[in-house]
Amino acid sequence: MKYYLKEIETAPRHELEALQSFRLSQKIRDVYKNVAPYRVKMDEAGVKPGDIKSVTDLHKLPFTTKQDLRDNYPYGMFAVPMEEVVRIHASSGTTGKQTVVGYTKNDIELWAECAARSLVEIGGSREDFVHVSYGYGLFTGGLGMHYGAEKLGAVTIPASAGNSMRQLEMFRDFGSSIICMTPSYAISLLEFAKENGFNKSEYKLKAGVFGAEPWSEEMRREIEDGWGLKAYDIYGLSEILGPSVSCECVYQCGMHICEDHFIPEIIDPDTLKPLPAGEQGELVFSCITKEALPLMRYRTRDIAALAYEKCECGRTLVRMLKPQGRTDDMLIIRGVNVFPSQIESALLQFDNSATNYLIVVDRVNNYDTLEVQIETPVDIVGSIADLQVYEKKAKSVIDSAIGVGVTIKLKEPKSIERSTGKAVRVADNRKIKNKFGK
Amino acid sequence: MCLKSEPGTNPPQEEGMVIIMLQQISVFVENKAGRLCAIVEVLNESRINIRAMNIADTADYGIVRLIVSDTENALKAFNENNFTARVFDVIAFTIPDKFGALYEVIKLLGDNGINIEYSYSLIGKNKSEAGIVIYVKNPDKNAEAGEILIKAGVNLITPVDIA
Repeated sequence: MKYYLKEIETAPRHELEALQSFRLSQKIRDVYKNVAPYRVKMDEAGVKPGDIKSVTDLHKLPFTTKQDLRDNYPYGMFAVPMEEVVRIHASSGTTGKQTVVGYTKNDIELWAECAARSLVEIGGSREDFVHVSYGYGLFTGGLGMHYGAEKLGAVTIPASAGNSMRQLEMFRDFGSSIICMTPSYAISLLEFAKENGFNKSEYKLKAGVFGAEPWSEEMRREIEDGWGLKAYDIYGLSEILGPSVSCECVYQCGMHICEDHFIPEIIDPDTLKPLPAGEQGELVFSCITKEALPLMRYRTRDIAALAYEKCECGRTLVRMLKPQGRTDDMLIIRGVNVFPSQIESALLQFDNSATNYLIVVDRVNNYDTLEVQIETPVDIVGSIADLQVYEKKAKSVIDSAIGVGVTIKLKEPKSIERSTGKAVRVADNRKIKNKFGK
Repeated sequence: MCLKSEPGTNPPQEEGMVIIMLQQISVFVENKAGRLCAIVEVLNESRINIRAMNIADTADYGIVRLIVSDTENALKAFNENNFTARVFDVIAFTIPDKFGALYEVIKLLGDNGINIEYSYSLIGKNKSEAGIVIYVKNPDKNAEAGEILIKAGVNLITPVDIA
């Protein structure tokens, strides 16, 4: 099985664009009619649904941002009445409120189809045992790949994350052949496996899809050599769909976007003008088939480039090269989206004098570390116990605000550098290189 | 950061008994090479003498506790040099340099329900005696400990003794 939907995946570009244009011109009518906040934006921009006849008209439409989802929390951007919605997912936001997304029955179906397509792209079929170790729950990773694997007809193992010993046991005893998880989890599980006498020959692992966070070619090699499988990159974001907006094929040369559902653009994040094909800029998506949340020109804040040349696999679908960073300050720590402002508000809520702090992100042995350095307040220097209580409390408020474990480091006053301009609160020391890196 | 803390957290004395506390400066330091030296250097430059020193440490940081000849100026110097420093009232007393002397005093305090948070030694006035510093976290108990010692005839060390 080489393609899941051959006629779409290998369609000549002009046919694909004709399909996109038709779907876009239909969808924009829906959106204008049913999504009040976006209608206001279109009216302000002086654009009518009738002005959008083809993909070449896309640039006339206003952008959608995460702020729009926040302003219309929780369901204000939905295009269908809630009776039509069958599923909610959510991801962390900067203000403590989550970004909420919804799906109709058809949306779940198209998502399953995209995820099934991804699994076929990496060489999967109904013969496979797909082991899903993404978290299940509001995070889209677990259920997204789960439905895709079932749609494909593979044996689906909803393992979720955690309990390393049990994961390994299931890999071996259940005959897992394709694994889905974050790359950092794949590495930490691999280390655990090696410590516990891992023997490749007892396992049937052949491929894995790893996503939800940036990873390097070095990590890819380590995962491939260590587990004895082929490691593929997968991309997605809940606002657009979840995992499998795009996924690599067996040639590992960029992720094919499901362009029949999502039209990608690359824009200059400063001028907001579309950039020519091949240039690096901010990735923007328009949803042309989704019903519940068909966001138009949604700014992902991911920096990437698009390659339109036909791929060796035969697919004509555009490939997006691995994201090279962000245009906002969002950090991805072990697969979890973290905004520095979340850390700040939790910290200041706990101690409003802790205004001199620094967030230090690093990757140690392929594991993301997050440290919050705080200049020690004078009233706690009486005893080590007071200092430790302070550290513990600061850790617990931040941990629960962002959903990722932090390390608190108490510092001497003025030891955290003051910048002359805008305060620099984040030091990201991770060096994530890959073959498309500049 | 370097707020000047209020010395003298002990409550007003009752029954006319005057409990004279010593002032200790607690300085926060990161656990890395050269930090203790930096603290001593600050005092050295201000011509302030160290009478007692104690370090409480963890893997990442510690608290250096000092009794010095001029607390007020030492605190000022620490603040000017970007150290987190704060003054605490502690009780200091002398014991004769002989077997069982410390035991007697500590037992007396323990029997009276005084919980000593930490303790360290101080230069004595002469070779035949030793100075002991104790810190009791609860200010009421701190004063009470002083009273107990005075009633038992223990000699308290006063700021005058160490200036």
